[in-house]
Formats: sequence, structure tokens, C-alpha cells
Amino acid sequence: MAEINIRNVRKSYGRTQILHGVDLDFKSGEFVVILGPSGCGKSTLLRMIAGLEEISAGEISIDGTVVNNLEPRDRGCSMVFQNYALYPHMNVAANIGYALKVAGVPRAERDRRISETARIVGLEEMLDRKPAQLSGGQRQRVAMGRAIIREPKVFLFDEPLSNLDAKLRVQMRVEIRRLHKRLSATSVFVTHDQVEAMTLADKLIVMNKGHVEQVGTPLEIYHRPRTRFVGTFIGSPAMNFFDSTIAPGGKFVLLDGIQIAIDPVLGRDNADNAVSAGIRPEHCRLVKAGTANSVPATVDFVEELGSGRNVHVDIDGTIFAVSGDESQLFKTGATVGLQLPSEHIHLFSRDTGLRLDDAPALKHTTNQSTVAA
Amino acid sequence: MNKRAVFKSWWLPILFALPQLLLIFFFFYWPATSVLTWAFSLEPAFGGAGDRLFVGWDNFRDVFADREYWQSVALSLVFAFTATALSMFIAFVLAICVDRQLKGSGIFRFFYIWPYAIAAPAVGLAFRFIFAPESGLIAIVNTWSPDLWNPAKFGSHAMILVIICFAWKWIGYNFIFMTAGLQSIPRSLIEASSMDGSGPVRRAIDLQIPLLAPTLFFLLVLNLTESFVGPDTYGIVDLTTEGGPNGATNVMVYRIVSEAFQGLNYSGAASQSLILIGLIMVFTFIQFRFVERRVHYK
Repeated sequence: MAEINIRNVRKSYGRTQILHGVDLDFKSGEFVVILGPSGCGKSTLLRMIAGLEEISAGEISIDGTVVNNLEPRDRGCSMVFQNYALYPHMNVAANIGYALKVAGVPRAERDRRISETARIVGLEEMLDRKPAQLSGGQRQRVAMGRAIIREPKVFLFDEPLSNLDAKLRVQMRVEIRRLHKRLSATSVFVTHDQVEAMTLADKLIVMNKGHVEQVGTPLEIYHRPRTRFVGTFIGSPAMNFFDSTIAPGGKFVLLDGIQIAIDPVLGRDNADNAVSAGIRPEHCRLVKAGTANSVPATVDFVEELGSGRNVHVDIDGTIFAVSGDESQLFKTGATVGLQLPSEHIHLFSRDTGLRLDDAPALKHTTNQSTVAA
Repeated sequence: MNKRAVFKSWWLPILFALPQLLLIFFFFYWPATSVLTWAFSLEPAFGGAGDRLFVGWDNFRDVFADREYWQSVALSLVFAFTATALSMFIAFVLAICVDRQLKGSGIFRFFYIWPYAIAAPAVGLAFRFIFAPESGLIAIVNTWSPDLWNPAKFGSHAMILVIICFAWKWIGYNFIFMTAGLQSIPRSLIEASSMDGSGPVRRAIDLQIPLLAPTLFFLLVLNLTESFVGPDTYGIVDLTTEGGPNGATNVMVYRIVSEAFQGLNYSGAASQSLILIGLIMVFTFIQFRFVERRVHYK
């Protein structure tokens, strides 16, 4: 159990700056997920916490101790790598127990802890096997066992599930969460998969281009994306956007000549501003063409999901995704109406990409652990 | 798809293969059969092929009865094992350092490879000057105490000198293979072991050596063979000590060549060659039989 504090941390390789001053605080025992597209610096940040990358500027402290100049082994972290990084010439028991062997733990004690760890990760039968004889999921378990046997203060996960197939990924996700409940060490999990991020996180951090875009609970981030980027990145299909200007008086924005009502207070404060208006596909409604307050649209194509369907409609060249379980069938090429309820419209400044009604400080009180087992 | 070319005439393919066949014949089969005949016959004192006397195993008996020969075998063993151990150990340390990407490792990688590109006699000549007891770079030790270093006088010093020469040249060669081998070990394995708490030395012993084992085995065979029979050994010994002082560096290859072409004892040299070949075969067999088993191939 340890707190992690990251103060204005920067990373640069020569002239290229990868991280532009990151400030983050992870509470003890928290499950933190860092989410972002590839190249956003999330893995670099994780590796800096681990001690595998030098910190160019700023400070990282674990449990109050600044670790900038500590060797990885002295930081009390353990890490699960993306490709598992198992030692190919050692069997499962040796892989799991390697840290203890290096630490000089006596053999009997070591064997006891290896078998206990193997039981936790479900590998009791496999202890004599070499990594090459294991399946992807089993290798993943070995990597986890190797990480937990040291009873670290901090767990670091570097996209550990991205090499597994979809079904196994869901299963391992649940197991990781269960393990965290049991060990309650501070965990930092890096991923580019938003479903993983949403389901695992107590605290979700969205990064882009070396900046932290937003910090919050998964639900906060889903419902109140702080920037246009976060809005686009979270949610599938992605949030629909259209560019517009808030009308004088602030009551509406225009989409294809049709007035779309917005929050009047927000509109009044930002009248005449150029905005990017966003709405999630599940909040759009498709109605019969010509219905009042609807924007005429043409059905471009329909994706069947089984549990519902995504209808992609074309409004004067802009494609909107609409998801729902509409019973009516929309044929490709049909003309329909699209309704955008004002309470679900997110407004972002077109200059800065920031949310117009960004509350100054969002409280992260909800310590939700709602992942289904 | 069958890409095999079929020749209609029998002489055309032979014509194509002829240059290679001639090379093999003149530089392998002919000398090899000559060695075989010399080894089992008595070469006439003044040459001539006609009255060569078949003597069976007599030449071998002579060789084995010679105390100097056994001394030469012992010297060869000492030389081969020490030189191999030294060059492989130093090359490994250098390769590990370069692999850690310490400052300037790129330049060092470049320079470490160079010695191998230098011909052995040139190495020998250079080291003969460097290690000359009266005027070389090392001569300063003799001002501390006379004869602290004198390979012209002490057999052990001379042996050290040829071992250093050989190791110096072969470090470059070993370094190339070890660096390549180390680079093929995934970086994340090294990172994982450092998260597990192991330092550079521990990592080398627990991870890099076992994972490099196939490369190390290959280099072991090559180094031992080369130091035992290689032209490098001959070249170095010839240019530094000429087998001396008092036969202290008269290793088997050097002895064979000097006995054949200075002593003109073809029969004795030929039988010694055969024994040497036999020894190499035994060595290689032992290595493959017992060492390779412990090598972890992925």
C-alpha cells in the first residue's frame, strides 16, 4: 500500500518531448488506469514510475520518498509486461520465485511462498513447465504470480491483456480486479482499450500527446468529458461532433440550418462563441422525416450488433452514428429525422477544445468498485 | 515448382564443377593422402619417391616415445584452454558493457571488432615490440626489478605472451557473436529481472549466460579448435617466440610445421598431424556429447 505522487514530470529524448509536465496523485490502494492512444506517453510514464526510464524533470515519489534516483529494485514496485517477459529457460516455479531467490530468501520459505502464489493465480499444476509449454493466459498468470510474490507496494501493468484473445481478456480483466481486491496494493494499469479502462478503474486518467486530458472516475469521464479529445476517445461508437456557433441570445446552435436547443444558461454566457457540439450515439434519436425539431438525414449504412444496431446517417456530408434498439428498420438511402436532446449536448470551445461548462474542481469521492465478477 | 536443371550431356556439369573439384583435389585430397602415406612410411633422407619404405606404426611409436612431444601436447592444452577462457571471458564482459548501452558504447563496439581484422602474424609482430623486455611499453616493469618480465628468458612469460596475443585477436571475433546474441535477448527480460531485484552481475549469470548458451558453445568449439590447430596460433608463435625459449611455447601446430619444413622430417610431422586431427575430433566429440546437452536451445 503506497501513495504515488507525480509532480510536473517531463520526459524528453533529445529535443523531442514525450511528456509535458504531468501532475498526478494516486491514493493508497487505488486502481488507477491510464488510458490513451498509442504514443501518448502513458507507457513512458509507467516505466518512469517503475524506474526503467530516467525522469528528465520533475519528481515521482512513492510513499513519500522521492524515487527519481532509486534503482527499480529499491522502489517496491512490481510490473507485468505486455509480452509477459518470462524467463524462457526457467520453469514456472523458478520464474515466480526469481525475485525471492535474488533477495536470498531461504529455499524452504521460497518454496512455500511459490506454492501459495501459484495457488492464488491458479498454476499449481504447472510449476514444472517451461513458459514455451504454456498458453497465453497461463503465461499471463505466471507474470502476475511473479509480480505478486514480492508483496509489492505498487503494481504496474503495461498493457498486460493486449496479447490475449477477446474472451480471455474479459476473464483476465475480472481476475485482475479480484486480485486487486484481495491484495489492495496501489495499482497502475496502462491500456489503450477503453472497455478495460472503464471496467477496471477506480480512477481513470486520459492522456493525449504527453498531456493529462482528464482525471476522474470512469462515469465522470464518460458523462462530462473535459475536452473534445476525451469525448472522442471514450465511447463506442465515438461521440458525434458538429461545428457551429452559439446563436446570439444563446438559445441554440445550428445544424444544417435547424436550431438545436442548448442549455440556456450556458448558452447565454457563451453567446456568439465558435463551438464544437458533441452528442453520444446512444443519446441521438431517429424519427420519421419531417418530425418537428428533427434534422433531415439520409441513412448511410446500418451495423447490426445483435443486442442493438448502429445506424450511421449523413447530414449534409457529416456522418452521425446513432445507436439504439429501434424496432423500425432503416433502409440504406432512406430519409429520416435526427433529434438531438439538449440535455445530452456537450459543448466544447473550438479554439481550446475545452468543455464550456467545465466545473472548476470535480470531486473524486465515488470510490466505486462496480466491476461485475 | 521443380527448379532442378537437367543436363543432357555428362561432361557439361563436370566442366562447371571442375574449378571447385580441382581446388579440393589439390588443396585437400592430395595433401591429405600425402600425409597418410608419409605417416606410415619412412621418408628417404634425401627425398625421392621411389624407395619409400612402409614402416606401419613405427612413426607413431617414435612420436609417442619422445618426451618433448608430450611436453608439446601439454603446452598446447595449456595454451588452448587458457587462451580460450581469457578471450571468451573478456569478450563477454565487453559485450555486456556494450549491451548496457553505457556512454560511448557505439564507438567501443566499433573498435572492439577491429583486432579480428588484423592478421595473426601482424598481431604477433606488434606484440613482440610492445612486450619486448628491453625496450617495449612493458619494459618499465624491469626497472622496478630486473627480469620481472622477460619472455626471451622465462618459458612461463613466453607462454603468457602468446596467450595474450591470441586472446587479443580473438576477443574481437567473440565480441561480435556475443553482442549479436545479447541483442537478441528481449529487452523486457532484462527489465523484468531488474524489477525482480537483480543487478548487472546477477543478471549476467542468471539470464544472459543461459540465454546466450548456444552462442557461447559455438564460440567455445571454435576458439578451442582454432587455438589448438589454427593458423593464428602458428603465426603468433612464429613471430613472437619461435617456440622458445627452450621449447616453452613449442605448441603442437608449431612443432609440426617446424619439424616438417625445418627438420625435413615429413614422416614424423605427418604422424603428428594425424594425432592432432584425432585429438581435435575427440575434443569436439566430447564438447558436443557432454557440453551441448547442458545448453538450452529455445
